[in-house]
Amino acid sequence: MMRRRELLAGTALGLALFAAPAGARTIAGALPWQPDAGTPPNQVMPGPWKFFTADEGAAIEALVDRLIPPDPKTPGGKDAGCALFIDRQLAGPYGSARGLYMRPPFQEGTKQQGDQSPLTPAQRYRKGLTALDKHCRDAFAGKSFAQLTDAQKDDIIGQMEKGPLTLEGISAAGFFEQLLKNTQEGFLADPIYGGNRDMVGWKMIGFPGARYDYRDWIDRHNERYPLPPVGIGGRPEWNPT
Amino acid sequence: MTRKLPAKDAVIIGLGWTGSILAEALTRAGLDVVAIERGPWRDTATDFPTTYAPDELRYRVRHDLFLRPAQETMTFRNNSSQTALPIRSWGSFMPPNGVGGGGLHWNAETWRFLPSDFELKTHLTQRYGAKALPEDMTIQDWGVSFDDLEPHYDKFEYLCGTSGKAGNIKGAKQEGGNPFEGARARDYPTPPQKQPYGPTLFAAAAREMGYHPFPQPSGNLSQAYTNPLGVALGPCTYCGFCEWFGCGNYSKASPQTTLLPVLVRRPNFEARTLCEVSRINLDGSGKRATGVTYVDSSGEEWEQPADLVLLCAFQLFNVHLLLISGVGTPYDPNTGQGTIGRNYSYQVTSSINGFWSDKNFNPFVASGAIGYCIDEFNGDNFDHGALGFVGGGYMGAVMTNGRPILGTFLPKDTPNWGAAWKKSLAENYLGAYQFATHGSCYSYRDAYLDLDPTYTDRLGRKLLRINFDFHPNELKMSQYLTDRLGEIVQKMGPRQFDKKPRKGPYTITDYQTTHTCGGAVMGADPKASVVNRYLQSWDVPNLFVTGATSFPQNAGYNPTGTVCALAFWAADALVNQYLKHPGPLVPA
Repeated sequence: MMRRRELLAGTALGLALFAAPAGARTIAGALPWQPDAGTPPNQVMPGPWKFFTADEGAAIEALVDRLIPPDPKTPGGKDAGCALFIDRQLAGPYGSARGLYMRPPFQEGTKQQGDQSPLTPAQRYRKGLTALDKHCRDAFAGKSFAQLTDAQKDDIIGQMEKGPLTLEGISAAGFFEQLLKNTQEGFLADPIYGGNRDMVGWKMIGFPGARYDYRDWIDRHNERYPLPPVGIGGRPEWNPT
Repeated sequence: MTRKLPAKDAVIIGLGWTGSILAEALTRAGLDVVAIERGPWRDTATDFPTTYAPDELRYRVRHDLFLRPAQETMTFRNNSSQTALPIRSWGSFMPPNGVGGGGLHWNAETWRFLPSDFELKTHLTQRYGAKALPEDMTIQDWGVSFDDLEPHYDKFEYLCGTSGKAGNIKGAKQEGGNPFEGARARDYPTPPQKQPYGPTLFAAAAREMGYHPFPQPSGNLSQAYTNPLGVALGPCTYCGFCEWFGCGNYSKASPQTTLLPVLVRRPNFEARTLCEVSRINLDGSGKRATGVTYVDSSGEEWEQPADLVLLCAFQLFNVHLLLISGVGTPYDPNTGQGTIGRNYSYQVTSSINGFWSDKNFNPFVASGAIGYCIDEFNGDNFDHGALGFVGGGYMGAVMTNGRPILGTFLPKDTPNWGAAWKKSLAENYLGAYQFATHGSCYSYRDAYLDLDPTYTDRLGRKLLRINFDFHPNELKMSQYLTDRLGEIVQKMGPRQFDKKPRKGPYTITDYQTTHTCGGAVMGADPKASVVNRYLQSWDVPNLFVTGATSFPQNAGYNPTGTVCALAFWAADALVNQYLKHPGPLVPA
């Protein structure tokens, strides 16, 4: 009845998104605290794509920069590191749908029943970007998405969101939804994950980040909080370059 | 091959709030107790230190502290004409995992239900007549009264150090508290949390309209507190990372911050983590539990015999294990016969987003149970005679956080992306406030839990199937509550406010609350309940089942206060009655 190999993969290793916990254990007599047993996140380092191909990377940078365009005060999605963020997420456990229920049968249900696709996030990006590239090259005389004008890009994104554009092998609206969600995550998540570079997203809205103590501010009403944001890794100027 | 372990006096399935409460009571009474927990051990210093606890992506968006659906999930359908499909990624609710259970990553909103909630069927029938209730509504009395539970609510609040303001002490109304609450023996152990700007403005507007706003009772503490077990908690820092997160300050009440440091030191207690109970074992008669079988993280199967089995997992998993183990009779919605899985209910929430250009709410300065509420429209605190529905909920300014990815609010006409989206986010983050109603969800003949015919889990067991949709009674209630809340918000003078009353059909993808209820309900009639008034199984008297599993229907409050009061009440019955005379505590 029990699938031992799968169970092992499921409990001990496969389901840990951040670090592998120890196996089954008995706790008795004292709280089992040990030093340095925590699982802090790893700092994403800039560098070559880990998931995207060069062409995919160019398309993603162009896409995130239209979903969150630059303005005079705040950089857009590209300079905020949203593409780097998405690349590293897709190269990790999120990209492979680790921990999600991926057993068959896969069958379309109602909107209320939620996503039933057998594709992992990484597979969706691969299919979605391939299909988008094909669509653009067919419709715009061989040009890739990144080579289009801003107006053309916005028109295509709008058509992915609301139709009528269709993509080969994947729902355009579904791919758009995933891309938009991940882009906004990259703009607003802690900078340790590669996006929100220099905390531009947090500065734009006024979120002070991982400060964790506002006791002095709970009853200071309608006043602007004065301190700049900090991340899990501190502030850029605190760290040696 | 299953290996058999030496017998214990009691085996506890799941070491969350109720498992910890029962373990504390039973080990104090001298029993040899083992708790078997599917998830990992977790403690503050190791697992959510302040240095990286405030990580919205990891904990809120990627669900790091929760059960993985690959490990166990459920299927869902709105009605029997559909094929149920699996929940592949969590949405509407978030099943917990690991030591501390949901008590680790809750918001710590610590409510008591109204006295009339416990006698709901009798109360509503007497006041409005039987015909006022929809024909397919299956609400019932709990078999336990508010007065029975009051000392146990008190025990839980004093265990946690709950911060609040009493509204009714021994029948005497208290200015500034909730005037509708049942009579309590004494005030909360610590004063209310301080309030940020949004709730303060809300309370002023509500007061001006003749309502009685009061601070939400909070398990995030206003000041340092040492509980009766000698465990100390620190003051809340209003960091805004409560629900979905562990608290790095030891200031949110959880099993870790109130019970486990004492429990783990007792020589007659042990916990086994990363061990999943696959079934409750019954003897040949089916009337006695002999213990449990579990699988550890290396795939080894073990049998743990015990005289007493305490089923203390999350609500949905309690029902799943009862069905898998063949305890009692599964509910049949066609005949109305059987009880396991019957009366599944939820919570009917709604919200209003308000937007101001001239105000700065600093939404990140918050706690999970901050805020001012009013209770004028909860339960039967208001006359339902002409309204065409029953039930209600609290409402208020209870915004728990200002986390940027999923805790921001934009006017409803804002585009989803592009320059206009970005501009709106920049302009509205500090001046937006979300208000909420938290409504009851009554039970119905067609809302139930059973086993799915198609999908299985990694142990090869059938998944639990959720059959559920909102009913017109609840949707009318949500509209009414949201309209009343809207009047208060309007008085606060926003530039714009968007009302979002709950609409059907129920969807499994949008997070609402984790207040899934029922499925093994308590009551006085064995034909309409799974457990008696002491949470003891009618069919298997050495089996007790805790949790919101026992709610015959859900009230307009967060359930944890009542879940834990019931656990203390059951613990009291176990120690003072059952252990002296093992057997049924109520004649069937």
